[in-house]
Amino acid sequence: MIEIQNVHKSFGPLEVLKGIDLTVQRGEVVTIIGGSGSGKSTLLTCINGLEPIDSGKILVDGVEVHAKSTNLNKLRQKIGIVFQQWNAFPHLTVLENVTLAPRKVLGLGKAEAEAIAEKQLKHVGLGEKLTTYPGRLSGGQQQRMAIARALAMSPDYMLFDEVTSALDPQLVGEVLETLKMLAEEGMTMICVTHEMAFARDVSDRVAYFHKGIMAEIGAPDQIFGNPQHPETQKFLASVR
Amino acid sequence: MFGYTFQWDQALARLPKMLDGAVVTMEVAVLSMLIGIAFAILLTLLRLSGSRPLRAVATSWVEIARNTPALFQIYMAHFGIATFGIHLSPFVSLLIGITFNNAGYLAENFRGALKAIPHTQTRAGRSLGMSQLQAFRYIILPQMLRISFLPMTNQMVWAVLMTSLGVTVGMNTDLYGVTQDLNALTFRTFELFAIAAVIFYVITKIITLGARLIAARLFRY
Amino acid sequence: MFDTALTSADLIFLAKGAGMTIFVTAISVTIGTALGILFGVIRVQLGAVLATPLTFFLDIFRSVPLLIQLVLANAFMGMVLRLQLSGFTIACMVLSLYTAAYCTEIVRSGIDAVPATTRRAARSLGMSWLQDMRYIVMPLATRVALPSWIGLALGVMKDSALVYVVQVTELLKSTQILITRLQEPLFLLMICGAFYFLISFPLARFGGYLEKRWSND
Repeated sequence: MIEIQNVHKSFGPLEVLKGIDLTVQRGEVVTIIGGSGSGKSTLLTCINGLEPIDSGKILVDGVEVHAKSTNLNKLRQKIGIVFQQWNAFPHLTVLENVTLAPRKVLGLGKAEAEAIAEKQLKHVGLGEKLTTYPGRLSGGQQQRMAIARALAMSPDYMLFDEVTSALDPQLVGEVLETLKMLAEEGMTMICVTHEMAFARDVSDRVAYFHKGIMAEIGAPDQIFGNPQHPETQKFLASVR
Repeated sequence: MFGYTFQWDQALARLPKMLDGAVVTMEVAVLSMLIGIAFAILLTLLRLSGSRPLRAVATSWVEIARNTPALFQIYMAHFGIATFGIHLSPFVSLLIGITFNNAGYLAENFRGALKAIPHTQTRAGRSLGMSQLQAFRYIILPQMLRISFLPMTNQMVWAVLMTSLGVTVGMNTDLYGVTQDLNALTFRTFELFAIAAVIFYVITKIITLGARLIAARLFRY
Repeated sequence: MFDTALTSADLIFLAKGAGMTIFVTAISVTIGTALGILFGVIRVQLGAVLATPLTFFLDIFRSVPLLIQLVLANAFMGMVLRLQLSGFTIACMVLSLYTAAYCTEIVRSGIDAVPATTRRAARSLGMSWLQDMRYIVMPLATRVALPSWIGLALGVMKDSALVYVVQVTELLKSTQILITRLQEPLFLLMICGAFYFLISFPLARFGGYLEKRWSND
């Protein structure tokens, strides 16, 4: 369970998170939508401790992320995150990209790590590309590799930060399919996305962020069909 | 034509000895590069560290190495250290001097290379649970070395050419030193040093061409 | 403060050496740069293939130790051509060609950095090749090349320490002479090193600053 309690965060004079409260249960898929600058991506990078918070708490399975005593490296083994820019490691093959963390962080042996990596890469549809270098893959393929790379660590939670926003339109579908598949398999996911159809189909709950606050949260049908908050209504009207 | 009779055969007869010297030259150059790269990586890490004194030490090394003559650095290694009662052999003084120089220049190259690597690479590694050191070792360092490959090759060429300065601290087993000794024997200055020049040129070309081949094989992506 | 046998006469001796270092450097860099610009323009005009003889010739200066270049030039002038040239002359000749060899490459990449489209625009306005060179290419190329050129000039200053081998008493040699007499190597070397450092460091930093500033334009 991920618990976000009254989290505030500023970048200098600009407050980007103004008291966020959100609890995500195991197996839930929560999608976060909203305009740019609403704080959605920042929230994700706070959950795995990449960004500090100014006040409030974030707890992952009871462990406070930003406590001084927390071993962030260990915590991050449980939380997978995929960014908008897939950040492939260019000097390693696809297989090596995925086996790196299992071998060096989890201490798995080469054969064991490769077995896991192969499984995840096949899972996302890259089984044929194991010995290819990421530079030769399309954006969509690299993004799926990034997803497999995160999954190879057997995380309990997966965070997706606008993972299709940097892709050419025709490549978006394959990545969304992968996300849908993960959701159906029961992965706990928090997705920040602009893809409304995807959000509607896949989520258990949809949250609408507006200027650093969570204006509204609810089941997809409720948010998309009958939004209560004026800002939500405005936003949804503008993206139709 | 000239008021001078070239006597190439006398000089060429000395070729084997000069080639032996060339081997010693390469030994010094290769060692100075290997140790220099190791120190340069260390200096790079120090310059990134949060500790001010460590950063200052590393920056001092780099700036002194890059802003003073290599010959000065070799003198310091030999005569400077001698004032503390430690008398180093010419080979070791030369090696220390060139290594110090290499480390400084390479550290600066590495710094430029690091700038070309997006910080998101480290972020991706840390998100997978890697420590800062692991991320540096497995993700950043390999890329840094690949980007720096050409400057490192140039530095290797420099190192080979710098070994000639060894004579100033009494080195006589490297190519230049051998040539100088032979010159004192035979006074065939022009012929001997011309041959030495050719040997240096060939070594330099082998290094640069070899590097290009290695790069083509290693950096296939 | 320091317990040293260094006299003011010695300091003057060192200052003379420093002066010689600067003098040799200044002359060599000036001539070398002029040659470098000439060769650089020729190299760009001829293109890589046709310019091969030139490139090959200049490459030699970058592939042979400077010490050997000095000794060879000295032997050639003195023994072969029987010309009685001063060590200073030989030092300047060799260092100038050495500078030119590196400068050619700097000038070449500077000129190449000027977009062909910009040059075409100039010619389309009716400018001659020379006018294009003078008013368009050179100013832009200089911007790109200046930081590298500063690095080269400072490099030549540091390499000038080697001209002792043709009997030119520059700073490092002067320091060596004093060391042999006074037996205070560390102290004297530090003074010597400080001289090079105090000239090179600020100028190198300045070059870096220029590079940063101009890359943002």
